[in-house]
Amino acid sequence: MSSPPLAPPAQPDRPAASASASAAQSPGSPTVIRAAGVSKKFVAYHKRATSLKERFVRREGASGEDFWALRDVDVQIGRGQTVGLAGANGSGKSTLLKVLAGILRPTSGEVAVNGRIASLLELGAGFNGELSGRDNVYLNASLLGLSKREIDRLFDSIVDFSELRHKIDDEVKHYSSGQYVRLGFAVAVHVDPDILLVDEVLAVGDEAFQRKCLDKIAQFRAEGRTILFVTHSLDLIENMCDRVLVLETGNLIYDGQPAVGTKLLRQRLGSLPVEGGAVPYDLSPVKPTAVTFSRDPGGAPQVQYDPGEQLTVSVELDLTDYAPQHVYLHVDILGQGEVPIWMMETPPGGISPGPGIVMVDFVVPRLPELLGAFAVNVRVSDAATGHPVTVRRFEDLFGVSGPQVAGLLRVDYQAGLRR
Amino acid sequence: MRWELLRNLVRKDLKVKYKGSTLGFAWSLANPLLLLVVYTFVFQVVLKTGIPRFGIYLMSGMLVWNAFSGSVSSACGAVVANANLVKKVRFPLLVLPLSAVGFAAVHFALQLLVLFVVILGLQYSLFGPELLLIVPAGAVALLFTVALSLLLSALNVRYRDTQHLLDVALVAWFWVNPMVYAYGLISDRLGDWTWVYLLNPMAVVVMTFQRAIYDPPPGNSTGSSSIIADTGYTFYLEHLGIAALISLAVLFLGLRVFRRFQADFAEDL
Ligand SMILES: Nc1ncnc2c1ncn2[C@@H]1O[C@H](COP(=O)(O)OP(=O)(O)OP(=O)(O)O)[C@@H](O)[C@H]1O
Ligand SMILES: [Mg+2]
Repeated sequence: MSSPPLAPPAQPDRPAASASASAAQSPGSPTVIRAAGVSKKFVAYHKRATSLKERFVRREGASGEDFWALRDVDVQIGRGQTVGLAGANGSGKSTLLKVLAGILRPTSGEVAVNGRIASLLELGAGFNGELSGRDNVYLNASLLGLSKREIDRLFDSIVDFSELRHKIDDEVKHYSSGQYVRLGFAVAVHVDPDILLVDEVLAVGDEAFQRKCLDKIAQFRAEGRTILFVTHSLDLIENMCDRVLVLETGNLIYDGQPAVGTKLLRQRLGSLPVEGGAVPYDLSPVKPTAVTFSRDPGGAPQVQYDPGEQLTVSVELDLTDYAPQHVYLHVDILGQGEVPIWMMETPPGGISPGPGIVMVDFVVPRLPELLGAFAVNVRVSDAATGHPVTVRRFEDLFGVSGPQVAGLLRVDYQAGLRR
Repeated sequence: MRWELLRNLVRKDLKVKYKGSTLGFAWSLANPLLLLVVYTFVFQVVLKTGIPRFGIYLMSGMLVWNAFSGSVSSACGAVVANANLVKKVRFPLLVLPLSAVGFAAVHFALQLLVLFVVILGLQYSLFGPELLLIVPAGAVALLFTVALSLLLSALNVRYRDTQHLLDVALVAWFWVNPMVYAYGLISDRLGDWTWVYLLNPMAVVVMTFQRAIYDPPPGNSTGSSSIIADTGYTFYLEHLGIAALISLAVLFLGLRVFRRFQADFAEDL
């Protein structure tokens, strides 16, 4: 992928190693990675023609779910930023790195990268087990774009960094997985990248080596290089990153301060107890099982709305296990970054559903002039005592297409000149 | 093109294949000699082709054919075999099929040297000006091999039966080159249609190698038909020209397909 420069190279040289990290991340720093509207669809395997025979004798009705590993991800990363990439397993982190590294082609959207990228997507990717560590260093560095002369010059430094001098002439297949990563990381950091993409490979090293890698990352940071790394360690995000990206089922649900991101992650990953002693929804006697969006209560489901239209948010409750006298529901409408946009609740005292499966409708007669996609968080509490019973955040989204091109709200205003 | 990377990959393949086994390497060079013994027995003693010094005739054509079929066959699987690399590292993917060709080319060059040594050892004449025909013939062989390798390696990622079809095709293809029989047998039979036979670039390459290395008996005849196609030069140069054009067309197609498919390699693997 040829990447047109995004911005004029601001400084011919990297800021000196002594330049402080905060200077490097000033808001004016040029963008080195820009992904605009990037989506990645994996076509279900059995839907692809995988043989020439099938290519010409086309099977009818081959079906299967296509899988969206990334949906409409927008990211801009400025020079010198250290960015953490987090999210549950399968949320699309590795896919995003591969798209940025130019290994996978996005299904739609644009990626532009400005600078030399080194990516470390897997421990010792490209190592050949049959060859010695020495041969592998040469081979791997050459794959990453170094010339023989450059490798000769860097070889000692690479071996020293990996602390594997005594093993360097052994076959790599006899290395431990930690030693594999050491060598792989040592090569990757020596190719002198402007941008370093690291998948969660560092976790394998022992503590001393991890510290060394983190020192190296800190040094990169101080040198004004850009780092994007995947990690499941919330501590690392808080301590090392200027910024965190959180992915969830292919959607970028948060992009911003590490402290906020980690809180969100703890919540999402279930390690942060739901406040006030509520139980997970599937263990709760009163189960919010679904939400649907439609114009009229009971009407056909609809996901896209215009401002001024009527919206009905219907919450389905499963009360077959237990039918309380009164149920109190609280619905938060969440925008980008889990920001609550508005709230709706059942009248004081709650509602009195019978047993079985019931629907609770919240009707918004006129949607305000909003723009964006919104999710729903449902909280159930005991109407008598006010104790929380359960909470469930649904993945279903509805969209409102306001007249404005950007921003959440449309506000009337006047612009004028005053002297 | 990153030549240095290509060289390193070829070196890696050689190293992995012959790691700690000088014998293995010597064997791969001597391997054609075994073939020579077997084929000589079958075609000269049992089937009586009437080609004198059949072993040299056979080897002068077959070494280049073996290099071709070996490269194409391993290049076809080259991207798939390096799936882990393709999915994890960004590098110019063209080097994968090319390194398979390079690997075979190294063997070919060495085997050719062994053949020369054998010819000199048997005190046959070798160094006539016709030996220079090796240069254009080798160039066309390389061009055609690279072209087909690129095409097939890309196709094989998406359509995994390419490899099987290719292996079957190579077995059949072997027989439409005049390696174990005399060219005259074909031209006598086909007459005015011989040009169709000569559209196969490998047949032309094989024939040119024979002209370069094999020294036909006076009269260039098995008794009933001629052995090599022609005892001059222009015939070969003309047909090499046509073969080069065909190869260029395949190269154009191969590059296009490779470029089209390579963006999806990491996903298809
Ligand atoms: N080549 C492929 N074909 C089909 N599906 C794929 C392919 N590669 C990845 N996926 C799917 O895409 C989703 C995202 O995968 P990805 O590897 O990006 O997750 P991740 O966030 O890195 O997870 P982890 O934390 O486990 O590393 C997964 O559901 C995975 O099954
Ligand atoms: Mg991953």
